[in-house]
Amino acid sequence: MKNSLRATFKRGSMAGVATAGAAALLLTGCGAAPTASSTATPTASDYTGCIVSDSGGFDDQSFNQSSYEGLKKAEKDLGIKTNEAESKTNNDFEPNLRAMVTAGCDLTVTVGFLLGDATKAQATANPDSHFAIIDFGYETPISNVKPIIYDTAQAAFLAGYLAAGTTKTGTVATFGGIKIPTVTIFMDGYADGVKYYNEKKGTDVKVLGWDKAKQDGSFTGDFEKQDKGKQFTQNFLDQGADIVMPVAGPVGKGAGAALKEAKAAGKDVKLIWVDSDGFLTAPDYKDIMLSSVMKQMGEAVETVIKQDKDGQFSNAPYVGTLANDGVQLAPFHDLDAQVPAELKSELDQIKKDIADGKLKVESAASPKA
Amino acid sequence: MSENNEPRHAAGPDPDRIPATQPPKSLAPDPDANLETPAEDDAAYVTSLDTAGGAHQPSAVPVSAQSGSLPGAPEEESLLRKIFTGNGIVTILAVLLALILGGLLIALTDEVVGTTSTYLFARPTDFLAAVWSAATGSYVALFQGAVFNPRGVGAAGQFAPLMETLTIATPLITAGLGVALAFRAGLFNIGAQGQIIMAGILASWVGFALDLPMGLHLLLVLLAGVVGGAVWGGIVGVLKARTGAHEVIVTIMFNYIALYLLRYLLDTDLFQRPGESTPISPVLDASAVYPLLFGSQYRLHLGFLLAIAATVFVSWLLNRSTLGFEFRAVGANPKAALTAGINVSRATILVMTIAGGLAGLAGVAQVAGTEKVLTDGVAATYGFDAITVALLGRSSPWGTFAAGLLFGAFRAGAVQMQIQTGTPIDIVLVVQSLIVLFIAAPPLIRAIFGLNPRKKKAAPAGKSQKAVATGGAA
Repeated sequence: MKNSLRATFKRGSMAGVATAGAAALLLTGCGAAPTASSTATPTASDYTGCIVSDSGGFDDQSFNQSSYEGLKKAEKDLGIKTNEAESKTNNDFEPNLRAMVTAGCDLTVTVGFLLGDATKAQATANPDSHFAIIDFGYETPISNVKPIIYDTAQAAFLAGYLAAGTTKTGTVATFGGIKIPTVTIFMDGYADGVKYYNEKKGTDVKVLGWDKAKQDGSFTGDFEKQDKGKQFTQNFLDQGADIVMPVAGPVGKGAGAALKEAKAAGKDVKLIWVDSDGFLTAPDYKDIMLSSVMKQMGEAVETVIKQDKDGQFSNAPYVGTLANDGVQLAPFHDLDAQVPAELKSELDQIKKDIADGKLKVESAASPKA
Repeated sequence: MSENNEPRHAAGPDPDRIPATQPPKSLAPDPDANLETPAEDDAAYVTSLDTAGGAHQPSAVPVSAQSGSLPGAPEEESLLRKIFTGNGIVTILAVLLALILGGLLIALTDEVVGTTSTYLFARPTDFLAAVWSAATGSYVALFQGAVFNPRGVGAAGQFAPLMETLTIATPLITAGLGVALAFRAGLFNIGAQGQIIMAGILASWVGFALDLPMGLHLLLVLLAGVVGGAVWGGIVGVLKARTGAHEVIVTIMFNYIALYLLRYLLDTDLFQRPGESTPISPVLDASAVYPLLFGSQYRLHLGFLLAIAATVFVSWLLNRSTLGFEFRAVGANPKAALTAGINVSRATILVMTIAGGLAGLAGVAQVAGTEKVLTDGVAATYGFDAITVALLGRSSPWGTFAAGLLFGAFRAGAVQMQIQTGTPIDIVLVVQSLIVLFIAAPPLIRAIFGLNPRKKKAAPAGKSQKAVATGGAA
């Protein structure tokens, strides 16, 4: 026993590791110590805003991330305290929410319809705590839960019109991650935008990947496998499409990769991003990024927190529309020159018409407000 | 393995003759003495048992991984050494080492540690204090979230974390038992995930679609779930036994079939919640869910008692029943088992059916215990965690039970750890993975802690003797 222990301590390899570690520290640890006063943080508000993700996590490049960024922005701007809990599986929802209530959260933001039941249960059990749920509305409103929902079809309609007006081949495409309302609403609006263009201009631009009447189309099956997004996009390209709108979070990068390859091979192809401005959040595909259908979740989260902090909480749903800039079509950035001025003014007019209610965009997945 | 195997194979007699000339002694009446093998320090011996002295291909699951408890070091060693080289101490050291490494990781990702490290040499105490407080703070939160929270309201609040741990452990234990049982019969059951899903589909449908009286309803939900899992597992057993299809490939594919079937069903009127277009089922009737064990302040439900019952059952099945003996015999060496008159096909089908049923119990715990609805995340990652739990429990029923509790504690504590200290939940998963890594590599732990048995000069002779004594053909 003793012998073997001694043998371990004698080993040189550990000493080598220790030396390397010390050397690394030596290089980085030479700064001056701060004075004691600088460690005190400025007095912050007692208000605590919290967030619970769904299984996508806060780095999903989609609604979890945008909502999280909204909370972080509120932390900076309003000086509130924050708590965050990432759910790895559906089983984590209830414990995470319970822990948030126990931790004394004034308002807890829950992300996604999967948290609908858990949020309802905790809200009913804790009537003094406030909640806000992203992308989900209850049939019967709950007094302390504010739904934050989006009429995404409005902005997607613009994207469809833009795609139909920009395509060279007369065929555009879209595909989704999983067939859920928050995904299909993009595809409905997109298909309707193309249809509207066809009606106005007498053209016959085709949409691949989504049939609005049948409510069925192409789905990769999850929000993770980028190679599937690439396959789908290559298929669409083979069928003659030149503009693709992936509604699948990170899977959209697969579409971007396929389009980049096609562009390198001399094809004139374009990408339409969703959720955030892809020009900024997916800069790898800047040169093919036509536009993005944006849901301004961060702003909504910050607004709801600010209202609650000021004692103005209400359970009336926040519905993001073109009228309140909750949903938007992103700028064209580098591809601005490829969009004709006439098309731009038409888009502006359509946006105005939708905002004024002159033009109705309908989707089975639209929030019923 | 194969390296050790080569010369032995060359030296061994004609494989075809083995069954005839040498009755497989590994199936002698005392199974404990022969089916269980010493730990990996005796690789040649293990190989000889796996392959009957090189006569045939090793079983997919090494015999050493199938046995429930491994005996200590050879007899001539002292008692103290036996204790220290035994598996218990290795497991504990593996957990300890993983916790230390995890603590360092937590410290590395901590902001305060980052800031203080920039002036390490001006005031090293700051840095060390930050490292210490980051690591200990996280672990204290982990403990408070998993076992006992002193800040809880009353005794009920203080023990709430423990109840949460038991709740999360429930599906891990039952699914883990399913995997462990299959391991013991030499089958890699990767299909617990699919079996949980099939159980969840059937159990939830019975739960929300049928209108039955209290008691009977839950019983039917339970039955539907167990049958769903058992059928899904049993098909794999049949395919393996009748066609020789490899169970790993079949179970993985069956996982996909189950998942996409679930996604499809959640998009149909049969399963979708009326009035909603989201893929989520209606909530199960109150008569169809497990009663809570200690009132509504905890989530702990009847499923936990069933998990204990399942552990007792598997323990009895493996150690006391003829069927369990057949399973272990098939696991140790299918060809030898066949020669000894055991119906290998029947054992394969039965073990996969029972394993599926156990995983099905986990599916019921999900839909009738905690979730109360069916979503496409109904199985969470339990089916895959179950493999880890079974390995960690060395495929023994009570070992699996304990491993399930440990993993349940990690999951429950991760919530507090995340909220109290802001430690990313991924770090908790890293610590879990480190534990498994270290437990899967006992020699590594022994080397790190200096517990390797001294090399004995007489070892080669002893090994070959042992191999002969246990039915090796060498």
